[in-house]
Amino acid sequence: MKQEAFRREVQEFLEQSLSPELRRAGQLMTSVFADFEATMQWHRILHQRGWVAADWPEEYGGTGWDINQRYIFQEECKLAGAPALLPMGLQMLGPMLIRYGTQAQKDYYLPRILSGEHVWCQGYSEPGAGSDLASLKTTAVADGDDYVINGSKIWTSYAQYASHIFCLVRTSKQGKPQAGISFVLVEMDSPGLSVEPIIGLDGRAEQCQVFFDDVRAPIANRVGDENQGWTVAKYLLEFERGGHNFTTDLKKQLSRLRRQGESECGPDGTPVLQDSATRQRLAELEVEALALECTELRIKGALAAGDNPGALSSLVKVVGTELGQRLSELGLDILGQEVARYQPEAMEPEFAGDVLGPDCALTSMAEYINHRATTIYGGTAEIQRDIIAKQVLDL
Amino acid sequence: MHIEFSDEQNMLRESAARYLADNYDFEARRKTSSAAPGFSPAHWQQFAEMGWLAMPLPEAQGGFGFGAVELMLLAEEMGRHLVLEPYLETVVVAGGLLQHGALQELLDRYLPAIAEGTLQGAFAHGEPGAHASAQNVRCHAAPAVDGGFILSGEKAVVCNGPNADILLVSARLEGVAGLSLFLVEADMPGLERRDYATWDGRRACDLVLREVSLPASALVGEAGSAEALIERVADTAVLFSCAESIGAMSSLLDRTRDYTSQRVQFGKSLSSFQVLRHRMADMLVEIELCRSLMLAAAQRLDQDTADSRRLVSALKVRTVKAARFVGQNAIQLHGGIAMTDELPVGHYFKRLALLEHQFGSRDDHLKRFCDAA
Repeated sequence: MKQEAFRREVQEFLEQSLSPELRRAGQLMTSVFADFEATMQWHRILHQRGWVAADWPEEYGGTGWDINQRYIFQEECKLAGAPALLPMGLQMLGPMLIRYGTQAQKDYYLPRILSGEHVWCQGYSEPGAGSDLASLKTTAVADGDDYVINGSKIWTSYAQYASHIFCLVRTSKQGKPQAGISFVLVEMDSPGLSVEPIIGLDGRAEQCQVFFDDVRAPIANRVGDENQGWTVAKYLLEFERGGHNFTTDLKKQLSRLRRQGESECGPDGTPVLQDSATRQRLAELEVEALALECTELRIKGALAAGDNPGALSSLVKVVGTELGQRLSELGLDILGQEVARYQPEAMEPEFAGDVLGPDCALTSMAEYINHRATTIYGGTAEIQRDIIAKQVLDL
Repeated sequence: MHIEFSDEQNMLRESAARYLADNYDFEARRKTSSAAPGFSPAHWQQFAEMGWLAMPLPEAQGGFGFGAVELMLLAEEMGRHLVLEPYLETVVVAGGLLQHGALQELLDRYLPAIAEGTLQGAFAHGEPGAHASAQNVRCHAAPAVDGGFILSGEKAVVCNGPNADILLVSARLEGVAGLSLFLVEADMPGLERRDYATWDGRRACDLVLREVSLPASALVGEAGSAEALIERVADTAVLFSCAESIGAMSSLLDRTRDYTSQRVQFGKSLSSFQVLRHRMADMLVEIELCRSLMLAAAQRLDQDTADSRRLVSALKVRTVKAARFVGQNAIQLHGGIAMTDELPVGHYFKRLALLEHQFGSRDDHLKRFCDAA
């Protein structure tokens, strides 16, 4: 009962707070990121309501919601078409600072993440260090009270909008590669730091490369001990891999596919969704999505009971991302040649002209393309399976 | 089954491979694709001079009368180099529809111009809100008093439409069962075009036809019998597009093999990891199975029998499956770098995705395969 009342409260809030422009920005998402301006506008609205950091403890400005409430909130936001919030500050750095940060770091950074004054990006991967993250080469050398940083980070999402970057840097070449890494916070307007956006296959610049040329950052901005950054990084990666709720994404995709299948006619002149082969293919994917939902509910149940879900959380990223890819493929099957039109300007929320072709087909190809990245970032599907083999099966 | 290519066929393949390797670099392609007309008139003229545009056209109109095997060889090389030029739309489809259906007068007027590279064509069949199929054609033609026709309706995603001098438009002729096909010159009054780029860097348009007046000679083939004509030409187009896909997939596999061999992670090359080796082995298997079907279909296509139609549909079904597997895994094995506009890999991936739905989807061809049994 309490849960239903909470759900209604969330629904009412979303009904009142989500402008058509914000909903459009949510609807036009083809990756985990929405239009930046819309994202930050929504961030500030949620902050005002006290709901921006659903997962943080109350003492740090979080909601204090239990796991069921957090799940309901995520689901309702997604289904209402809200733009996604940027995860780098709220989902990644925030929880990490709460766990490992000094009091001064918490006092300074956490409120500014909440307010949206600081926008964070993540400096992990390098051109030569992808799956083998520990081989990273960006160096930080102590000089007085500062580190002097040199090197480059790549696949830095939304770095062009960020005010700060948290990065993994090499502070020692001794011992195992993992043993010489530190975790440092750097301001993006530091002298010597430059950002180069990377045009993606969808024609848009979501990723960047960040260059460090004698960039100075105070040693006080290190999180955790020197050369202990790997432990911090792993904690944060767990959030990137496991903190995501795939079921709500998949439900959103499924409802879009149904809409498309009802409006588009198949070769026999009737809606594609009346075709038994398509219906069966959709049903099979719904079964998979349901199996994943039940798995996510099991994890949630275990966490609520104070247990460790262990193996289950490892497989969720693999299953969730691969299932998302299969759903995006079905979108192509349903829409046929309608997906061919390339109209990048219409994918901006402020676009006021005519959309070529049906609106429901506008983002399908970008979605299909961008879903390819989901089994690459945050640890490839192959790396994830290695983790399952090693850590769960003990192979 | 063994195909021994003739000296002529081997020469064609080698010269196509050489010309494209020497002259079709990716950076130039990117520049060409980024602005109208979306293809290179200089390349098109070269294609004409090398005889490629005349290849499948009848000798009476300046063509060479070559068959499906030659088209297949050329298509594979074009796929390998991600050629933008509208060969499929102009030569294979527009040329094919005319060749098998048009009156002598139209053949003499248009086919030599196609062969010389001075005329481009497009096939306007699909309509808004529906998969392209005969069933979904709502375009309407009414007989005019002068023996001509008045054509009205809408067409969607007409590939090469923006550059086409002639459009072959499917429609329902009043009082006649079945589909009819009409030749419409691009500058005719009443024709409204909305041009755009497609995800594979080519050009297409949506069309509105408002009472376009056509002469009697504009009817291509017999009234009401266009479905068989379209099916016949579409089979050649399917062979061509599958061969193009196979060429593209071969290039993707080569690139993936090279990249994983030189990219070092965890102190060794990516290609030394078994899971990636097996994946690349599976990519090869996918490509070779398609190639076998492609060769068999090319050999029999010119006979246009139930057997050849069944083979073509099998080829399409199998190629779509392979194109997804190879395209997706080429990106997966490259990692993030393949998600950038800078690398050719993603451009191959997009071309493969758009070819899936041309001339019938996998599902359409699976049904046709069943029905032909």
